[in-house]
Amino acid sequence: MTQQNSVQKHHGAEIELLSFRLGEDEYCVGIMSVREIRGWTRPTPLPHAPPHLRGVINLRGTVLPVVDLSLRLGMDPVGGDARNVIIVVQINGHAVGLLVHAVSDILALESDDLQPPPETAGSDGARFISALAIVDERMVRILNLEAVLPDLTVEAA
Amino acid sequence: MSDPMAEIREGFFAECEELLESLQDGLQTLSESAAPDAEAVNVTFRAVHSIKGGAGAFGLDTLVGFAHRYESVLDLLRSGKLDLDPALMRLLFRAADLLQDHVRAAHEDDPTVPEGSADCLEALDALAGADPAEPEPEVTDFQPLVLSFGDFGSEESSAALPSFMVLDSTSLADWEVRFHPRTELYRSANEPLYLLRTLTDLGATEIVCDGDIPPLEDLTEDSAEICWRIVMPGHLSETEIREVFDFVDGLCDLTIAPLPLAEVEENSEPPAPWPPVPAPPPTGEQTKDAPPAPAGPKPESAPGEPPPAREAHGEAAATVRVNLDRIDRLVNLVGELVITQAMLAQSVAEAGLQPNASLRSGLDSFTLLTREIQDSVMMIRAQPVKPLFQRMARIVREAAAATGKDVQLRPLGETTEVDKTVIERLSDPLTHMIRNAVDHGIEPPEKRIEAGKTRTGTITLSARHRAGRLEIELSDDGGGINRKRVLETAIARGLVPADAPLGDAEIDNLLFLPGFSTAKSVSALSGRGVGMDVVRSAIHALGGRVAIRSEFGKGTVFTISLPLTLAVLDGMVISVAGETLVVPLSSILETAAMRPDDVRTVAGSTPVLQLRGSFVPLCDLGAEMGYHAQRPVVRDGTVLVTALENGNRAALIVDEIVEQRQVVIKGLGDSYGRIPGVAAATILGDGRIALILDPADLVRNMTRAGRAQPLAV
Repeated sequence: MTQQNSVQKHHGAEIELLSFRLGEDEYCVGIMSVREIRGWTRPTPLPHAPPHLRGVINLRGTVLPVVDLSLRLGMDPVGGDARNVIIVVQINGHAVGLLVHAVSDILALESDDLQPPPETAGSDGARFISALAIVDERMVRILNLEAVLPDLTVEAA
Repeated sequence: MSDPMAEIREGFFAECEELLESLQDGLQTLSESAAPDAEAVNVTFRAVHSIKGGAGAFGLDTLVGFAHRYESVLDLLRSGKLDLDPALMRLLFRAADLLQDHVRAAHEDDPTVPEGSADCLEALDALAGADPAEPEPEVTDFQPLVLSFGDFGSEESSAALPSFMVLDSTSLADWEVRFHPRTELYRSANEPLYLLRTLTDLGATEIVCDGDIPPLEDLTEDSAEICWRIVMPGHLSETEIREVFDFVDGLCDLTIAPLPLAEVEENSEPPAPWPPVPAPPPTGEQTKDAPPAPAGPKPESAPGEPPPAREAHGEAAATVRVNLDRIDRLVNLVGELVITQAMLAQSVAEAGLQPNASLRSGLDSFTLLTREIQDSVMMIRAQPVKPLFQRMARIVREAAAATGKDVQLRPLGETTEVDKTVIERLSDPLTHMIRNAVDHGIEPPEKRIEAGKTRTGTITLSARHRAGRLEIELSDDGGGINRKRVLETAIARGLVPADAPLGDAEIDNLLFLPGFSTAKSVSALSGRGVGMDVVRSAIHALGGRVAIRSEFGKGTVFTISLPLTLAVLDGMVISVAGETLVVPLSSILETAAMRPDDVRTVAGSTPVLQLRGSFVPLCDLGAEMGYHAQRPVVRDGTVLVTALENGNRAALIVDEIVEQRQVVIKGLGDSYGRIPGVAAATILGDGRIALILDPADLVRNMTRAGRAQPLAV
C-alpha cells in the first residue's frame, strides 16, 4: 500500500499518482491506494472526535470515516461545497475518506523524478510528505498516507 | 486449519452437540414418564454410543472411557436389568452433564479431567458391576459391551434378545451372518469390502456372495442386489460381530444367528438360495421405496427394522451447516437492501409521480419483497432456545445439589426461536437468575412441607414471542420476596433513605440495585452482591427489559423482554442541533414537554427536571454530543426520559421527535475505538448516517465529568 516509499527504490520505474488540491497547493497519493472518488456529502459528526475527523458517511452501506486532509496537515479546513470531493483510500486494510478541495489530475512520473523532501526541522507538515516532484513548473507533494493517518483507533478514542 | 482431519473433527464435535441435546431430551422424557419409556432409553443409549464411537475414531480416550462406562449403565437400563429410580435418574443426569464437560474438554484439548467425573464413574461402575442379573459367561470378553446392539431394538426385540443371546453365546456354535446392504449404504459411500475385510480379520471362515442379480439390462448403478453370507467363529460374541457393522447400521439388513450344526454341513456345498431372504423386488422399485426393508430378516433372530426414532432423526438431518460468517454477510447485505429500498421509496415519494404510475406499483412490490427477504434472513439466524434451556436445567441440578434442595426445572416453549446472538448473550444473566431462584427463592424441603407445598420446588422457564419481542419468564414457587427484609437491607446499606415511602413494586426493584444482596450467608452460589444489577445491565445491553413481580410465600416471577434480533432495532428518530440521532426505544420510558417551572438547579448549576414529584437530572443532548457549546440551563422543549442501568432516570433535551421506526444497526467499525454515548450507527432513508445513542453511557460520561449527579431513585 505504501507505493511512495517503495517506489523510490525502484530505479526508473513509472508510478502513477492522483493529484489533488488543498488550498492553493498540489498534493498527490499513489493511485493504487485510491479506491474511488466521491462527491461531497456532508459527514455525520462524531462526538468527542478530533477536529480533523469530520465524521462518517455512508459508503454503500458501510460506515466510512472522513478526514479533513487540509485540517490534518495544519491548514484551513475544507469548506464543504459541491466542488469538494472525498477520495476513498485503503490504508492498512481500513477504508478512509480524505476530504480535499478538488481532484486535479493523474500524473505518471518516473521514480527518478521524485526527490526527497528537504530537511525542515520540526515542521509538523513535513513529516507527512514522502517526496516532492516538479511537474510543469509546479511543485507536487507526495503524501505519506501512513503518517497522515497513523492509527485511527488512537485518533478518535 | 486446512487439515482435513481437523475439519472432520470439528464436524464430530458439532454432531456431539446434537447428540448431547438428544441425550438431554431422552433423559428429560425418562424423568417425566411414569412407566419406563423404552424409546427414550434407546435415544439416550444411542446418543452416548455414537459419541463414544466418534470419540474412538479420534483417539479421545478419556471421552471414550467415560462414555463407555455411562453406556454400560444405560445398556443395563435398556435391557431391564436396572430399575429407574430417582437416584439413578439423578446419576444419569449428572453423567450427562459430565459427558458434556468431557466433550468440551476433548474439543479444547484440555487434558484435565472434568471435576467430579471420578465420583460419577464410581457410581456408574457400582451399578454396572453390582448387577446380579448379568453373569456373563465370556470372561475373556469386554464385559459391559456384551449387550450393546448398536442402534437396534424395538421394545420387544431388545427385551427378548439378551436372554436369547446369553443362551447362545455360551455354546460355541459358529455364527451365521447375513449381510444385505441396502441402496442407502452405497449412496452414503460405504464400502462393503472393508466390512468384509474386517470380518476376515476377526476370523471369518467363509464368505459367500449371493443375491438375485437381475439381467444386465435391468441393472442400475445403485441397485443393491448383492448380499453376503459370512460364517464367523463361535468364540466371538455377537456384539463383536455387530460392532463391525456399527457404521452401516440402518443401511443394511443384518442378521446374526448361531449356525445350526446341520447347516454347517450344508455349508460345504455351493451356496443355495437362502430360504429366509425373499427375492429382492425389481430394481427400480427397490431404489424408490427403500425404508420397508426389501429383504425381510428373520424376525426371531434380530430386529432389522430401524426404530422410528431413526426416521425422525433422518428428517431432522435435512439441514445444512453453514458458517456463521456467511449468514452474517447475508444479513448485512439484506440490511443494505432495506436501506436502499428506503432511499428509493423516499426519492419516488419526492418525485411526485401519478398515483397509478408503474414505478410506484413496482416499488410497492419491491418493498414487500424486501421485507419478506429480511424476515427470512433473520429467521436463518434464529435458533430455538432449547439448548439454552437445557444448559439451565443443568444449572438447576447443580445449584440444587449444592444447596441440598429439591428443585426441578420445567421448560416451556423450548421451540421458540430467537437470534443466535441473543441466545448466547442471555446465558450468563439467566444462569445468575436461576442460581438466585434456587438459592434464595426455593425454600429448603422441610420448610416447603411446613408451608403445605410439595417437597420438590419447581422453577418454570418459559419462552414465547409476544408483540415482536421474545419474552422469557422465570418463575419459582418458592417463598417470594421478603419485602420487609429487602427494605431493611436497602436502608442498612444506605441505598434508600430510611423513611422512603416505597410501594411493593419499588421495593422489589431494589433487588436490581448495585451492591444489594439479602442472602444471610454468602454462598458460593450467589449472594456476593454482584447479582441482579449485573443481570439487568446484561439484559439492557441486549436492548431488553427485565421486570419482577412477587407474592410473599407463593413465589417470584421475572419477566425478560428482548428484541428478536440484534440486527434491527426499534428506535425513536430525534433531531438535536440539526443532527439526526436514533434513541433505542427500549431505553425510553416516556417523552415529556418541559415547562420552565419544572426545571430547577441543584448545587448552583446542575439542572434537574421535576417530573411528577421526583427529580430527574437534565442532560442537554446537543452540548453533550458536542454539536454546540454548553449553554445556560434550557427551560423548555421536549425531553426523553430514559432508564439508566442502575434504575435511575435521566431526561435528554431534544429539539424534535421525528418518528419512530425500525433501523438497521451498523457497527461503527473498529477504527474509532469507543465513542462515549454512541452505541452504533444506522443509515436513514435519505442515505445519511445517524448515530444510535446509548443514553446510559452518555449520562454516565456526563456524570463523570461532574456536570450533573443523577439522584438515587
